[in-house]
Amino acid sequence: MSRYLNFIAEKNQVRYLIITIAFIIFSFFWIYPLLWVLSASFKTDFEIWGGLGLIPDRLVWENFERAWFGANMGRYFFNTLIITVVSVIIVVVTTGMFGYVIGRYSFPGKKILIGILIGTIFIPQGYTIIPVFDLLNNLNISKNLIGLTLATAGHTPVIYILLFAGYFSRVPVELEEAAKMDGAGFVRIFISIMLPLTKPVVATVSILQVLHAWNDFLLPVVITLGNPDIRTLSVGVYAFKGEYFVDWSGMAAASVITILPIIILFLFMQKYFVEGVQGAVKG
Amino acid sequence: MHKKPLSKQIYDARWCYLFVLPCSILTGMFVIYPIGMSWYFSLLDWTGFTKEAKFIGLQNYYEAVSDKFFWDAFIRSFIFMFGTVPVKIVLGFIIAVFLNNQVLKLAPFFRTVIFMPVVTAIAIIGIVMTFVFSPFNGPANKFLMSINLTSAPIDFLGNPDTVLPTVMGVYVWKWLGITMMYWLAALQTVPQDVYDAAKIDGAEGFRLWIHIILPIVLPFAIVIILVEAVGALNVFPLIETMTAGGPFFSSEVMEVYIFRTAFVTDSGTMPRLGYACAAGVFWGVAVLFITVLQGLWMRRTRRI
Repeated sequence: MSRYLNFIAEKNQVRYLIITIAFIIFSFFWIYPLLWVLSASFKTDFEIWGGLGLIPDRLVWENFERAWFGANMGRYFFNTLIITVVSVIIVVVTTGMFGYVIGRYSFPGKKILIGILIGTIFIPQGYTIIPVFDLLNNLNISKNLIGLTLATAGHTPVIYILLFAGYFSRVPVELEEAAKMDGAGFVRIFISIMLPLTKPVVATVSILQVLHAWNDFLLPVVITLGNPDIRTLSVGVYAFKGEYFVDWSGMAAASVITILPIIILFLFMQKYFVEGVQGAVKG
Repeated sequence: MHKKPLSKQIYDARWCYLFVLPCSILTGMFVIYPIGMSWYFSLLDWTGFTKEAKFIGLQNYYEAVSDKFFWDAFIRSFIFMFGTVPVKIVLGFIIAVFLNNQVLKLAPFFRTVIFMPVVTAIAIIGIVMTFVFSPFNGPANKFLMSINLTSAPIDFLGNPDTVLPTVMGVYVWKWLGITMMYWLAALQTVPQDVYDAAKIDGAEGFRLWIHIILPIVLPFAIVIILVEAVGALNVFPLIETMTAGGPFFSSEVMEVYIFRTAFVTDSGTMPRLGYACAAGVFWGVAVLFITVLQGLWMRRTRRI
């Protein structure tokens, strides 16, 4: 079963070739800025501004050394990694539990909960950032990674819950009833029967949250204003630009350190990225 | 079947409540509570760094609506939206139509390439683009000069006339992959037999699109427009890292304005969280209003 409209006929070789070549040229220009920064990270400052070529004369690994140690990107890398991993775990567990109950059970107050959730879908981050900053200060967790991690996880897109709820609601009731016969309780059914079934949703939600946590900027830049030690990579590169603004090659290396892990993850897990993104309009 | 008393219903569902609790606490702390508090903060004269805060009623709001920079930023946000969303919708659709062709062997590769900027950290893109568009031997200027399109380098981000279009272009580039994915999802819902039947009827090319496919993907189009429109109003990271609202505030959108009045002290002004909250509330209500409006439009169209 294919759902494609093949208006490029296989017979029409010329048309096919023209479209393919046009897309190849387009793709090259499209990706050029990313290739440019990758190549700049291996060049000397002089070479970066020398020409449009992408192949460095020799690989200047010192750029990465300067960025990793001198500009503290090593530390920011692990900060970002911790925030990302922990917030993914928190988000998957909490939205999974929430989505399970919403998708399979009805209970007093359910409609109100759903209503509140829907109401928060389009709240801009800029609207909540100041009270969040204040809240973390009051709880005394604004100066370590705990606060930043919690706030990153707390900004839960409703889409995760909807993905889980939709999936759980399609699991046949028989499975659950059989387990109940065997004496399994509410929590056991969830953990040993339901959760293993939702691996695809867990993967999709995890990927989306990795993308959000790793790339987020507004929240970490505000929270880390007075605490350089807990900066994330994005904030680190931004601060780098302010502090060492003449070290172009070092900044290019810092940028590559920030974007490469996610791009690699994307290349290997593309399917889940696509499903997550498309879930937003399909639902 | 007679209904159980409410207390019994609640008791029976005790596990359900326990399960919604963790997520509710997080959402309560980081979404619901902040929404409420920003209303309260907006009524205070408060720097945010001391405990001293004075209740001043609606004075922050009066000040915001009489500030020229506030309205400039407000309007600029919508210019940004109206300038980027249609481009993304149309361009994304065209690309999706091409890449939805089974025959195009390299389609998965092209899809990956076009989606690549989406997964790249937005702050990094903003910073890298300041290099790319640099008037001092930046690659964009080098390229334009090498094909003789311009004789002198263009100061894309330093000129108030070119800065906003440049940032908008980068925004479209950064997020077009998502629009394309939306459209691909929409096109995939058009059943194959619709295409086949349309072909038998002799509906070819343009007519096929207008009469058969567009009506099917239209409900998607409305959702896509809604999501894109709200997205285009949240562009803080890109603008902050590319231009920080400059030069001379000529690319300052609403979120950058809020950030500047709340935190940044470079300009010598005192940070004013209370005032920034008032601007934020005003902005949040405006965005909500547009969202509701579009939601109503969406429901109406779907019913037809």
